[in-house]
Amino acid sequence: MTPLLEVMGVSRTVQGRDIVSDVSLRLHPGEMLGLIGPNGSGKSTLLNLMAGLMRPCRGRVCLHGQPMDRLRRRQIAQHLALVAQSAETGDRITVREAVELGRTPWLGPLRPWRAEDDTAVAAALDAVDMAHMAARDWSSLSGGERQRVHIARAHAQTPRILLLDEPTNHLDIHHQIGILDLIAGLCVTTVIALHDLHHALRCDRVLVMQAGRCVALGPPAEVLTPALIRRIFAVEAELVPHLGGGRPVFAFQRLS
Amino acid sequence: MTRRPATRSMGWIWLAPAVLAAALLFGTAVGETRIPLSTVIEVLAVKAGLADRAVDVIDASVIWHYRLSRTVVAACGGASLALSGLILQALLRNPLAEPYLLGISAGASTGAVIIAVAGIGGGLVSMSAGAFAGALTAFALVTGLAYVAGGGTGLRGAGVIILAGIAGSQMFNALTALIIAQSASAEQARGIMFWLLGNLSGVRWPDTWLALPIAGLGLGVTLWYARALDAFTFGAEAAASLGIDLRRTQAVLIGTAALITAVMVSIAGAIGFVGLVVPHAMRFLVGTRHARLVPATALAGAVFLVVSDVASRIVIPGQVLPIGVITALVGAPAFAIVMIRGRQR
Repeated sequence: MTPLLEVMGVSRTVQGRDIVSDVSLRLHPGEMLGLIGPNGSGKSTLLNLMAGLMRPCRGRVCLHGQPMDRLRRRQIAQHLALVAQSAETGDRITVREAVELGRTPWLGPLRPWRAEDDTAVAAALDAVDMAHMAARDWSSLSGGERQRVHIARAHAQTPRILLLDEPTNHLDIHHQIGILDLIAGLCVTTVIALHDLHHALRCDRVLVMQAGRCVALGPPAEVLTPALIRRIFAVEAELVPHLGGGRPVFAFQRLS
Repeated sequence: MTRRPATRSMGWIWLAPAVLAAALLFGTAVGETRIPLSTVIEVLAVKAGLADRAVDVIDASVIWHYRLSRTVVAACGGASLALSGLILQALLRNPLAEPYLLGISAGASTGAVIIAVAGIGGGLVSMSAGAFAGALTAFALVTGLAYVAGGGTGLRGAGVIILAGIAGSQMFNALTALIIAQSASAEQARGIMFWLLGNLSGVRWPDTWLALPIAGLGLGVTLWYARALDAFTFGAEAAASLGIDLRRTQAVLIGTAALITAVMVSIAGAIGFVGLVVPHAMRFLVGTRHARLVPATALAGAVFLVVSDVASRIVIPGQVLPIGVITALVGAPAFAIVMIRGRQR
């Protein structure tokens, strides 16, 4: 079976510096893959390469077995949606209008808006629990609400693959968990760049990046060892079992 | 929810031709010489082949050859400049973007001034040709600079294009000033000044036959790309992830904006304000979705310039003001009212 998305030995060099260097991975259908690594380790660039928004300098990315650079942007957007970091607008648009943008790859001058598009928008608004706020102005939304609308817009694209770049950034802990629960509840294959290692524990697999390279790839319990965390993040980490039976928690101590 | 999304209630669009026809009739009926409305309608009907009766030859000539052609060009120019501003504001995500951002008016001025001062050919036709050549030269230089400076990237080009446009405009304006200071007489300088502020006086049917298809092309292309313009709401990168081919979309739309602006500037001079303000006013009135915004902006631009042209002819009896003066004098307060009402909504 051809994999949904396959990254093969991909590198991207900017001004002589490797931002992403020789990364390979295959997405498993339905999985939630976490990208973790320090600031500047190449997570966002890797997501952009996977989304076909940047071209690799070496190697290639295939969507359903098709090389990304041979597909039209429209075809890519019908299969894959990206929620970038903090996309903003000064336009006066409502929540519904923002979510309706997600139908763009399916519409055209000769393909007008249809009932199925209304259905997709309604489903997306329901999925992020924003249906009751559909008529609200974008400018009146909080950070967490905006992030949920962005996810709804990506959901309205009805993609097979959803890429998210630090979707919990700038949110309080309640909304962080809310967003992650929401993403975990969506029936798509997800790649999500994360900073919080506790959040990474929720993923099916994690890919750890350092200086553009893939350092480890596998289930979080196997990959996120104290030794690896010390090497990558320069902190001493101890995994403490949760007394209530939940996921274990990390105790961190900064190494000088 | 039972509310029909605002993006798809377009019933008002059927009023657009009627509003446009009324504006054209108004522009044709009002002028320095008083001609009764019934005569105007009679002449138009006869000329259009709908009626067959004798009309006064002088009246007919004034109405048909002078006023109607001029009014149609005003409508085409207003629609084109407004659409051009709308395209650039949407693509570059900058509320200050306007048709002359890409150096087009500055280049047109330089071209026109070179023709006027050097006296090549003589008369208005060659000044238009010079303006058109200057506009396209400036546009090519500005986009070339933006392309080279931006490293050929489509994604982060907006800021680079604006800066390149400022650099290009400054250079061509300096060239214009230099040529006027060096070689133009006071009389020539005044004539050039008048032309630069916008002037529809010399417009005749050949200009109309150029303006009409160009305005139609501008409207057609913008409508075709209405959804692509929507997709730029959250920036170029978001548009790309929504399936928009950035390179092609930007090339087609910016090229169209430049072409329709260059043609209108070469026919009527650099009429200001329309391209900047009409799209903003329409965003306040009909919202930000381009399926509604594009036709509304074209219509409002056309009506606004027709009315401004009438005002420029009758505000001071016996004297025709530059239309650019009227667009700014009428437009700025009108825009202020729209802004205040928009806030209160």
